[in-house]
Amino acid sequence: MSEARLMKGNEALAEAAIRAGADAYFGYPITPQSEVLEYLSREAHQRTGMVILQAESEIASINMVYGAAGTGKKIMTSSSSPGISLMQEGISYIACAELPCLIVNVNRGGPGLGTIQPAQGDYFQAVKGGGHGDYHLIVLAPSTVQEMADFVKLSFELAFKYRNPVMILTDGALGQMMEKVKLFPQQPRQDIIEGWETIGKPEDRPSNVITSLHIEPDKMEQINIHLQKKYKEIEKNEIRVEKINCDDADYIITGYGLVARICQKAAELARDKGYKVGVVRPITLFPFPYQTYFELADNVKGILDVEMNAGQMIEDVRLAVNGKIPIEFHGRMGGIVPTPEEILEALETKLIGGAE
Amino acid sequence: MNEKAMIEEDHYENTNLRDETSTIVAPENLVYQVPKTLKNVDFHYCPGCAHSVVHRLIAEVIEELDIQSETIGVAPVGCAVFAYNYLDVDMTEAAHGRASAVATGIKRVLPDKYVFSYQGDGDLAAIGTGETIHTCNRGENILIVFINNGIYGMTGGQMAPTTLEGMKSTTSPMGRDVLTMGNPLKITELVAELPGTYYVTRQAVFKPNLVRRTKKAIRKGFELQKDKKGTCFIEVVANCPSNWKMTPVESNHWLEENMIPFYPLGDIKTPDGRAK
Repeated sequence: MSEARLMKGNEALAEAAIRAGADAYFGYPITPQSEVLEYLSREAHQRTGMVILQAESEIASINMVYGAAGTGKKIMTSSSSPGISLMQEGISYIACAELPCLIVNVNRGGPGLGTIQPAQGDYFQAVKGGGHGDYHLIVLAPSTVQEMADFVKLSFELAFKYRNPVMILTDGALGQMMEKVKLFPQQPRQDIIEGWETIGKPEDRPSNVITSLHIEPDKMEQINIHLQKKYKEIEKNEIRVEKINCDDADYIITGYGLVARICQKAAELARDKGYKVGVVRPITLFPFPYQTYFELADNVKGILDVEMNAGQMIEDVRLAVNGKIPIEFHGRMGGIVPTPEEILEALETKLIGGAE
Repeated sequence: MNEKAMIEEDHYENTNLRDETSTIVAPENLVYQVPKTLKNVDFHYCPGCAHSVVHRLIAEVIEELDIQSETIGVAPVGCAVFAYNYLDVDMTEAAHGRASAVATGIKRVLPDKYVFSYQGDGDLAAIGTGETIHTCNRGENILIVFINNGIYGMTGGQMAPTTLEGMKSTTSPMGRDVLTMGNPLKITELVAELPGTYYVTRQAVFKPNLVRRTKKAIRKGFELQKDKKGTCFIEVVANCPSNWKMTPVESNHWLEENMIPFYPLGDIKTPDGRAK
């Protein structure tokens, strides 16, 4: 039985972690996502036995995730931008060692200590690597509190399907705002042993080793080739994208997460003024829906990319469109959320006006 | 050459030690055997290095306690980074300094297993100081084996947090000047002060009787995990002949004369509350 509740995004995410049957959460307080650790500390252990541990730092948190994820259990952490930066070394190790886990980034404004207000300045860090070496996270971008909850379950499914760390990339506004959310029913905590886990070696198998160290270059290249093959497979199977009113559109506004909802309002305002405008919302940022933009470029006159940063996802949109049509950008930074009106204005001045 | 020496000789020359011993030495004459919990490969450690001895002691203890199927180890970054190539137990290789956090993660989700980390002085007492202190302060029910040779071995002999005053290294070529380079850190005494530690001891392996004592301590460190009363912390004061630029024998003499007076051996904290 699903049930509807009015919840903060961070709390919906935490509740979903309990219901998804997560085994452990390791984290460190940082605004604007401390509610995740607080909610779990209050609710999780007594309900499902889930382990909740407040670590001494984000560095310790991610390395606890690394150790615990090696046992094959459902393990997660959450943080916000500066904390996620601290975790990058550990995330690189986890990606190379191919451990399933969930990392949540409730993005705040940067660089540096920045601000505690919502931002999307961590797009590059999330989708292009972040840590050292060639690796990818699967990156999901919720745009509603509902998706903050639903994507936790989806993240664990994808993490175990590909033995790859998954990141939910959201922002301070989605973390803090309250919306109605329909919660999925409680899933049991499960012990599924696939054979690779470090859980104690029985006599009839060689010892399992979780490592990212392969000192011979030949071996290390093979590991890299294997990882890249996996990422190709993820690109083939897991692209998720939402297209709204794109069929008759002359122009597209695109953005991810919270911004996509503001783009949707801007598109409605544009339609009120007689412009045929659609919205494209990438749900997976890695893998990125390149093909969607590539195909739309044959039928639309231009794309306005809107982000709460200086222009990061726009590089992927440009790669997708490959010069076929103009791509313009409207961005706000430092914790400012764009309004539908300013997006409409940007659309009119940068694309529609520019085309006339 | 006596039989024991022949076995040792064989160890250096033959990678199939386990198969060969039975043909060279009659079973009734065996002084010791390679533990089943030690993989049949040659150590990469330099001749005379204490790591090999401590690895073997851990393997012997795991075999004697019959806990191979319940043990998970965590290897560090440092000379012991390949510990999992030798110890035949499930292991995770941690990032530099984070072994005790990784061990915490494992132990928290598998509280009934035996979990240990194996770390050097740079790993545990420099880059990983935060993790070390907080793991011990939370009283995680794990065993931390801490090899202190006063130098960074793997990277080629740089100054470590535990390098003695006046001791030469590649980054303290005139000897450690405590005024500009800081003081050698007695992290073992430090963690013994924390309420989360259950058993804290300092041992060494440069003499046979000390090897036996170290083994007893390691055994205790594993057994005490069953009590779930806190962290067991075993420092082993060790040599590094290659980076100390000494022969193995010289390095052991130097260790005894210089390291032991600063890092005295013995129990610092015991479960019955006795403290030195």
